Amino acid sequence: MKDMFKVSTRTIVATGLGAAIFMLLFMYVKVPSPVPETSFQTAYGLGAFFATLFGPIAGALIAFIGHALSDAVQYGSPWWSWVIASGVAGFIYGFAYKSTSVEEGTFETKDIIRFNVIQIVGNLIAWVIVAPVLDILIYAEPVSLVFTQGIIAAIMNSISAGVIGTLLLIAYAKTRTKEGSLTKN
Amino acid sequence: MKMKLFSYNLVDTYVHRLSGLTKLICFLLLTFAVMFSYDIRVLIFVLAFSLWILRISLIKYKQIRLMVIYVAVFLITNAIIAYLFAPEYGVDLYGTRHELAHILGRYSITQEQMFYQMTKLIKYASVIPLGIIFLLTTNPSEFASSLNGVGVHYKAAFAVELTLRYFPDVQREYHDISQAQQARGLELSSKTKLGTRFKNSLQIIIPLIFSTLDRIELISNAMDLRGFGKQKKRTWYNQRRLTKEDVLAIVVSVAIFLFTIAVSVFVNHSRFYNPFI
Amino acid sequence: MTSKPIISFKNFTFQYYSQAEPTLYDINLDIYPGEKILIVGPSGSGKSTLGHCLNGLIPFSYKGNSTGSLTINGQETRELDIFTLSKIIGTVLQDADGQFVGLTVGEDIAFAMENDCVDTDTMRKRVKDVSAMVDMDKLLTSSPFELSGGQKQRTSLAGVMIDDVDVLLFDEPLANLDPKTGKVAIEIIDDIQKQSQKTVIIIEHRLEDVLHRNVDRILVIDEGRIIADKDAHNLVSSSVLLDTGIREPLYVTALKLAGVSVKPEMLPGHISSIQTKEVAMDVRNWFNAQVKASPEKEGSSLLTMEKVSFSYDGVVPILKNINFDIAEGEMVAIVGKNGAGKSTVSKVLCGFELEDEGRVLIRGEDIRNMTIRERAETIGLVMQNPNQMISKPMIYDEVALGLRLRGVPEEEIEPRIKKVLAVCGLAPFIKWPISALSYGQKKRVTIASILVLEPDILILDEPTAGQDYRHYSEIMEFLVRINRLGVTVIMITHDMHLMLEYTPRSIVLAGGEIVADTSASAVLTDADIIEKANLKVTSLFNLAQMVGIPDETAFVQSFIDVERRLRDHEDEAVQL
Ligand SMILES: Nc1ncnc2c1ncn2[C@@H]1O[C@H](COP(=O)(O)OP(=O)(O)OP(=O)(O)O)[C@@H](O)[C@H]1O
Ligand SMILES: Nc1ncnc2c1ncn2[C@@H]1O[C@H](COP(=O)(O)OP(=O)(O)OP(=O)(O)O)[C@@H](O)[C@H]1O
Ligand SMILES: [Mg+2]
Ligand SMILES: [Mg+2]
Repeated sequence: MKDMFKVSTRTIVATGLGAAIFMLLFMYVKVPSPVPETSFQTAYGLGAFFATLFGPIAGALIAFIGHALSDAVQYGSPWWSWVIASGVAGFIYGFAYKSTSVEEGTFETKDIIRFNVIQIVGNLIAWVIVAPVLDILIYAEPVSLVFTQGIIAAIMNSISAGVIGTLLLIAYAKTRTKEGSLTKN
Repeated sequence: MKMKLFSYNLVDTYVHRLSGLTKLICFLLLTFAVMFSYDIRVLIFVLAFSLWILRISLIKYKQIRLMVIYVAVFLITNAIIAYLFAPEYGVDLYGTRHELAHILGRYSITQEQMFYQMTKLIKYASVIPLGIIFLLTTNPSEFASSLNGVGVHYKAAFAVELTLRYFPDVQREYHDISQAQQARGLELSSKTKLGTRFKNSLQIIIPLIFSTLDRIELISNAMDLRGFGKQKKRTWYNQRRLTKEDVLAIVVSVAIFLFTIAVSVFVNHSRFYNPFI
Repeated sequence: MTSKPIISFKNFTFQYYSQAEPTLYDINLDIYPGEKILIVGPSGSGKSTLGHCLNGLIPFSYKGNSTGSLTINGQETRELDIFTLSKIIGTVLQDADGQFVGLTVGEDIAFAMENDCVDTDTMRKRVKDVSAMVDMDKLLTSSPFELSGGQKQRTSLAGVMIDDVDVLLFDEPLANLDPKTGKVAIEIIDDIQKQSQKTVIIIEHRLEDVLHRNVDRILVIDEGRIIADKDAHNLVSSSVLLDTGIREPLYVTALKLAGVSVKPEMLPGHISSIQTKEVAMDVRNWFNAQVKASPEKEGSSLLTMEKVSFSYDGVVPILKNINFDIAEGEMVAIVGKNGAGKSTVSKVLCGFELEDEGRVLIRGEDIRNMTIRERAETIGLVMQNPNQMISKPMIYDEVALGLRLRGVPEEEIEPRIKKVLAVCGLAPFIKWPISALSYGQKKRVTIASILVLEPDILILDEPTAGQDYRHYSEIMEFLVRINRLGVTVIMITHDMHLMLEYTPRSIVLAGGEIVADTSASAVLTDADIIEKANLKVTSLFNLAQMVGIPDETAFVQSFIDVERRLRDHEDEAVQL
């Protein structure tokens, strides 16, 4: 647990490139949902994956930067309340770093459950608490509206992080090689 | 495909001449002012001011048309849903009720609701020109140093620089991978079912992400080899020295920011301006 | 040398964390200040690993075990960190794109100084000076995607020189550069070394191209051991290159074919130094004894481009009025300088991009309305960058992907994969993850994954970039074999040897237009085309002139014919 928040060059590079992919997915690879102003965002699956590999700081920054920049490109200005909530979600996803053994090449039932519990908690805190509260504070939006939106977002982002994140982590674990395991045959 | 993220165009105007740091400071001050205040008079003033700045920085409508459409759609949907969810929210906020017309069931039109939604619309709208000005007049190269200048840690600021640097690459790669996969038999046209389309788009995202992981390795090696992260801080090649023009811009923004706060504290005694009492 | 070595390996062995065996064995090597060293060796032999040990990426970034000692400037590297090492050794990595971290050229060059907290004014001035040394001072505000491969390479070079390091380390600086840009790169490196007396270490497969200028010593690495340490003249006269599967300079091969025994006294290390007076007669006699082969007859038309024009953005034309016709069973090379539009041609053929004007025909039929997938039944494309094609973590699955998408049963897939992996020299790695492969090995995986689909037309974009000669020859032999079975092969390449030795016909692109469509020997001896398309005169041409053969083109052609005949004999011998 001790180096959970260590920031190496690799963390920074992962953050920069992760945010670039996050942006790309956030803008182009989403599936619209029946509820207005929400959509099924594949980007959160990517965010959860990167956060698990590189930790909370990278997770928070990837979602924050990626979300802020794509808002800026599309709307001309970031929508701070949701951008901050994205950052919080990414940060909490990051607690799966070190608590799963994906770097050692295994990602099995136990890890899958742990990862998913963490990401669901992250999504709940971000979308059912942080985003609505900020919306009320900053924009004085109606309470019932923002909480409804928040719950829908939490569900959809949990599915995205759960499905895509888990698949990515399983694929990644397969590429990890164990000590002294590579021989030519 | 668009290769540059923002169509930053180099024209010589007062706004363009300002350093990136100044623009970031002004952007933040004015945005915070707008986010804080719920006084329609202040909001209209800031909106008018930022539209004026938009004009003098010679931004063409062509450059921002898409954003304007996006924002308009957003504002309209937001207004409609907000009304549907809470038609009496304005009444709660302002504490009085002046009904203009009754529509159906719990839905009626009140002065308070109209005023609340109007204020909110302007509040949302007035940040947009500020963001647009900042994005379109700031050289992306100055962006990271500006963030560092307002107190963001240089490592986080550099992560933003890397995002700007590699976004076009990632975008091109996404395109190339999608074609390579199609050439090996993957169906991506919109004809297929949603579920399959989703599964197939994973076939592109996965190689994109894995090749990015390799690239992260490579880039961080390259950066380590050139001493990134050695010191507690770093300097920036593209940083500009602040001039008198910069100071003027900052002073004006600080004044507007303080003015907004002052109006709330001394005039309205609240973030809201209430014309109904 | 009287001075002390700047780099000294003593019984040095290194093993990667995930490997069962060491990658470097018992290295003993001294490098002295001001020396210029070239390291060659087969792909996967440990050259880059050796480089990583020097610049500190091992153990900073790659984990593993090392024994023995490696000292730099007299200090044991184990006790130094990567930052200290980076002040002594500047590294230009294999991939110029990955190394380019700044948003503009100026920022990228300044990167190391920014990290050192140098103030902006000093930095600007120094960037100006250094960029002028590599001739990039006019492009300081350009972004990476506005630059050619060569310009990116220059930027990387300036980025490491800014620190005033003692040692410059280049890992495959020539991969992906066109012949002329490659030549210029070698000249820049040489000039800088002469001016500043820095120690220079170059890792490169393209031996002859590096030997365009002088090097002091050449190290040959094979399977993690240094098996030769000689100067250029001694090395090309020995059998080491052939034994380890490294390509010798073409003129040396030609001399050997002519029955000349190449000796160090002839100074054969460089085409500029070799003395041929004594042997000129032999070469001329050999040439006169050759019977001229008659040109092969053509099959029916398979793939045609008619007046094709194309632009990515509707503003800058990339392809202008391209016309060519490729017959069934041909083997053709497309060559030209960086950015000429070669890869674009392949994208238009495969339907990745749609032509703005003109027509693309397969067997006389316009394919404008065919989707990428439909075209892929006939045309297989191996893209330039292997990472864009690889989508599975494991080699086996990657090669199987196309077959599985086409619904081929699993029992049939396995033997086909085994066969194709054997051909591509990847049989030992069948169970490996792709992440543990070197760049050249990855490239072979992508070739395998297309070959296994057995297309009628095979387009390969830079098939041999980053390959060593042995694998290169194996791949090319395989392509020749499938070509004989009727598969039409189109190769996009910067490799003039490949074009000379394997493809009877070359299409030369320059500025989006076809400037020549003729035999390789005619292209590489035509000064006008060479100039237009950034190619380089083949050393065979120089050799012909030196020994007094007036018809250089015919000499080059004879060489190709003889080589081809020898190869066919070997091939038959193998098949019998
Ligand atoms: N990070 C790594 N982990 C494990 N094994 C590695 C790693 N990098 C390289 N290897 C292995 O070490 C061997 C030597 O690799 P290296 O990259 O040094 O080869 P090279 O001579 O530079 O080859 P090329 O010419 O293809 O670049 C290869 O067999 C490779 O599989
Ligand atoms: N997707 C793209 N969008 C816009 N321009 C592009 C795109 N791909 C390539 N170009 C431009 O088209 C031109 C031709 O590129 P192409 O990749 O075909 O060159 P090439 O001959 O294959 O070069 P190289 O030898 O370096 O691989 C270049 O100027 C390049 O910058
Ligand atoms: Mg290598
Ligand atoms: Mg190309």
